[in-house]
Amino acid sequence: MTLAPLLAGAVALPAASGLAGALVRGRPAAAQRLACAALCAGAALGVAAAGAVLLGADGGAGPGLRLDALSAMFLVPICLVAAAGAVYGLAYFPQATLGSKAVRVQIFYGLALAGMVLLVSAADAITFLVGWEVMALSGFFLVHTDHEKREAQQAAFVYLASTHVGTLALFGMFALLRQAAGSYAFAAMAGVAGGGRLGALVFALALLGFGLKAGLMPLHFWLPGAHAAAPTHVSALMSGVLIKTGIYGLLRVTGLFDAPPASWGWTLLAVGGVSAVLGVAFALAQHDLKRLLAYHSVENIGIIAMGVGLGLLGRAQGDAALVLLGLGGAALHVLNHALFKSLLFLGAGAVHHATGTRELDLLGGLARPMRRTALLFLVGAAAISGLPPLNGFVSEWLVYLGLLDGLRRPSGDLLAFAALGAPVLALVGGLAAACFAKVVGVAFLGAPRSDAARRAHEAPRAMLAPMAALAAACAAIGLLPAALVSPLAGAAGAWARLRPALLAPAAERAASGALRVSAIAAALLALAAGLVLLRRRLARGRQEEAAETWGCGFAAPTARIQYTGSSFAELLLARFSWVVRPHGERPRLEGPFPARAAFRTHVPDAVLDLALVPAARGIRWLATGARLVNLRRIHFQALLVLATLVAMLAWGFLT
Amino acid sequence: MASNADLVFVLVVVIDLFLLASSRLGASIRTVAMQGALLGALPLLLLRHGEPTGHALLLAGGALAVKGFFIPWLMFRAIREASIRREMEPVVGFVPSMVLGVVGVALAFAFSSRLPLPDPETHGFLVPTALSTVWAGLLLVVTRKKAVSQVLGFLVLENGVYVFGLLLSSVMPLMVEAGVLLDLFAAVFVMGIVMFHINREFSSLDTEKLSALKD
Amino acid sequence: MALRTLLHLAALLALPPLLLGIVNRTKAVFAGRVGPPLVQPYLDLAKLLRKGAVYSRTTTWVFRAGPVIGLAAVAAAGLLLAMGGAPAALSFGGDFVLFAYLLGLARFFTALAALDTGSPFEGMGAAREVTFASLAEPALFLCLLVLARATGTISLSGMLGAALPAAWGSAGPALLLAAIALFVIALAENARIPVDDPNTHLELTMIHEVMVLDHGGPDLAFILYGASLKLFLFGAILSRLVFRGGGALAAEGLFFLGVLVFAVGVGVVESVMARLRMVRVPQLLVGASVLAVFALVLLLR
Repeated sequence: MTLAPLLAGAVALPAASGLAGALVRGRPAAAQRLACAALCAGAALGVAAAGAVLLGADGGAGPGLRLDALSAMFLVPICLVAAAGAVYGLAYFPQATLGSKAVRVQIFYGLALAGMVLLVSAADAITFLVGWEVMALSGFFLVHTDHEKREAQQAAFVYLASTHVGTLALFGMFALLRQAAGSYAFAAMAGVAGGGRLGALVFALALLGFGLKAGLMPLHFWLPGAHAAAPTHVSALMSGVLIKTGIYGLLRVTGLFDAPPASWGWTLLAVGGVSAVLGVAFALAQHDLKRLLAYHSVENIGIIAMGVGLGLLGRAQGDAALVLLGLGGAALHVLNHALFKSLLFLGAGAVHHATGTRELDLLGGLARPMRRTALLFLVGAAAISGLPPLNGFVSEWLVYLGLLDGLRRPSGDLLAFAALGAPVLALVGGLAAACFAKVVGVAFLGAPRSDAARRAHEAPRAMLAPMAALAAACAAIGLLPAALVSPLAGAAGAWARLRPALLAPAAERAASGALRVSAIAAALLALAAGLVLLRRRLARGRQEEAAETWGCGFAAPTARIQYTGSSFAELLLARFSWVVRPHGERPRLEGPFPARAAFRTHVPDAVLDLALVPAARGIRWLATGARLVNLRRIHFQALLVLATLVAMLAWGFLT
Repeated sequence: MASNADLVFVLVVVIDLFLLASSRLGASIRTVAMQGALLGALPLLLLRHGEPTGHALLLAGGALAVKGFFIPWLMFRAIREASIRREMEPVVGFVPSMVLGVVGVALAFAFSSRLPLPDPETHGFLVPTALSTVWAGLLLVVTRKKAVSQVLGFLVLENGVYVFGLLLSSVMPLMVEAGVLLDLFAAVFVMGIVMFHINREFSSLDTEKLSALKD
Repeated sequence: MALRTLLHLAALLALPPLLLGIVNRTKAVFAGRVGPPLVQPYLDLAKLLRKGAVYSRTTTWVFRAGPVIGLAAVAAAGLLLAMGGAPAALSFGGDFVLFAYLLGLARFFTALAALDTGSPFEGMGAAREVTFASLAEPALFLCLLVLARATGTISLSGMLGAALPAAWGSAGPALLLAAIALFVIALAENARIPVDDPNTHLELTMIHEVMVLDHGGPDLAFILYGASLKLFLFGAILSRLVFRGGGALAAEGLFFLGVLVFAVGVGVVESVMARLRMVRVPQLLVGASVLAVFALVLLLR
């Protein structure tokens, strides 16, 4: 039996789900629930199809659609995160209070999911591009939801511009591939030779087009604004899975080539490393919770790109172990990042819902009123920092193993230098842990810094349930990673067109290592439980008092003397002062009784604000300056058209 | 099997990296002196026949005397005259200059085997060490602000060139060797005079003040 | 073999406070004092376990979880450590990554517990700790990479096992540089001079001490024990790295002797050096990384 009905349902149901809100007029809450149910049903069909493929079923699903193990690995997080976000939206963006805005969000959310399912199951370039455009345009409308705010308008425009530049690059790339292969089907394009001009051009266009979507530095400039301006469950969808479609595209296109040259792998490894380090550096400098999480997406995309680069290097060298470790690490990190990033965004949305602000330095002490949210957010923060025993560690460990694989090489082999990526990844991990210690510490711990934080309340059940499900998935993957080794090996085999037997030894080693990771995780939990019991026993019959914090003897400590987020990050950012340049607005204090003043700092994005916007201004200046001739009279315009035509004819005749 | 010569080469590169990180002038001068003394001992270690010839002994003794004792003594006199103890934050900062230094060392060690050399020598560390030392010396000259540190950078640069010269020490005549040492001595002598004048004019050895001379 | 592993685990549990005692005794000898007895840390732990606890009203469950997870994570890392030339309780390819990240987990929760109190000093300590740790992590990885390349394996048991004595023959200078860098990193990770002064009582100058200022009673006992355990872990790696070789019995004896020498070494460094200015600590850590990079390049070429 083919997967056609499952996939058709997975595309059609979400696409139509938004209409429920528009058609059912009188009862908005029921309409929203109907839309959510339809979307979740479609997502469940998608997960079922993906699961079938990963368990060995044939992936054919009719004309234009085909699921292989690689597509399945991407389809699972897409469906899961979208469903979680839809359930979350029931409480966060209720149609009962927000009316047509909520209907709009539901329509385009469903369309975005449908587009993504279409593009990962596409078997030819046309279907792929249709799904791609549907997803990208839906993304634009979703970012544009709060269109009365200037921030959303600007972010949506930058998003639209960048996604269309990317799509243009993709059109060019698929045209080139069709020219070489003779048809648009991926199966026909497979087996194109890797070296030479065609390969280099295709790779460059793929890097541009898919890199813009994925958010690899320096093509990440649209990410922070768009993810900060969109409603939170939309940001979760975008950060969690939308940008992964860029990685999927990159994998699909590089998978078409038989023998990709090693330079592709080195390029991705280098770009990934830069993206990871600079992404986390910019994240440290942010004080807006959602912008911070968006920059962390740039960092994690960098880590995924490093894994893909290692996989390409493995293919270039014919090293099956390196392919498994690199691609397996990248694919697992795609899944893991989708899970914990959406968990973090949903938590940030709960904070925004409770306090009305995203500003980190106005929060504080939220762990008291929002106990469950704080716990779930902490799980997400520990997962994204790559701390054991959660899932972030497992995928980073696989990427580390890929990087360390180079140490087996003899002296003089260039691949040995890939091992220098391991300290870079360690730096990224350390900085990410520092950043999330700051976020959790400043937002949830300590004392409330403003009235908004004092008025916080726990998030409703509809918001907590998806978060709990995502956190449980993070913990499950972290505690039992060995279960995922064989799907990852299947995905790596599908991508590199390697027989499973070749990948088996490396998969065995990875699985046995993963079992021992589980053993250590179990030991960790057992030790922690034992210590808690020991402390409880020791505390029996003893006095436990409550007192004020020791503030070096301050008689009346206030919440304002606590460390803020920017103070916490300042020492670290001094290392990155060459790229992270904060703008400060200093208060002007004049006279013996100065007026009320404020101090603000903001870190502009290096690429957007320091390079692209000035460049755009420069182009505009050139363009206005080029209006030398007074073209208001129609004769001159016609003359210009005639002159251009004559010039083109002359050029055509002469060459 | 790591020979003594390899250990000396590694120590020379470690001294280069230390110099890029150090901000205390006294320690830096002593370290450059140690580097000069080590390099003085190198010709004896590099001999393949085991029997030190008169040429090698003379070279070693001359280098030790000039680089290990005489020039450091001149430098200490210079900083005592100007009464300075510490280097200020260099143009690129201590951490970036360390990182630049180690990147240069890594590139030198990774790629020096691909350079076309006339004599395939048995000591694989010689050329990379020489390149690393030249690179470290150049970094010091270009990035440091105090004149004393720039002179130290020049000394390190000369040390690097000296190591290169050891490649051909069996064919270079004694006169050229002596000429190199005399050149070094003259350069440091002239720099000492210049430093004396800078200090007398500005009461400091900060070379940034030299740009105040132009109007 | 299992007996040897059990003995090692027992030593891992029992010996670490003795190291702290040795460090303090060495510092006392240098200062011309008699100093506390070598078993003082054990007595301190016993005293702390008998006490009650005072919790700040600002804190939440995170504050109570901090010491527990800190100790559990460091102890779990101890399961991965290979001592005296024998393999560890659990070993696999890439286990040193898990080792480093378990230490990172301990640090993460200690920092969160510090921020939970709402005190500016603890926040300051947490900020400094995570900054210096994020610079020390790459340096630690680089040193372990040197070991991995020299011995040809990527598990701690392989790196510190039977292949190490032979590796010194072929990669001596690189391993020596890595050992020096590892010593500096050990000083930084364990909050010793020249990175942090464990004897200071001025909160503005503290890094690690100030993070645990509000803990008391059994919580403080867990933290103190965890700190000594971490010192032991680093001492064990360095001891095996430097004092390698010999048959089974000789290797064990040299190993434990080496750990004691390490403790004395830490005490000597604490007595003869002063703490570095805060802005110089990144330079120190980058210097250690640079040494390790050079050692790695020597082996990769």
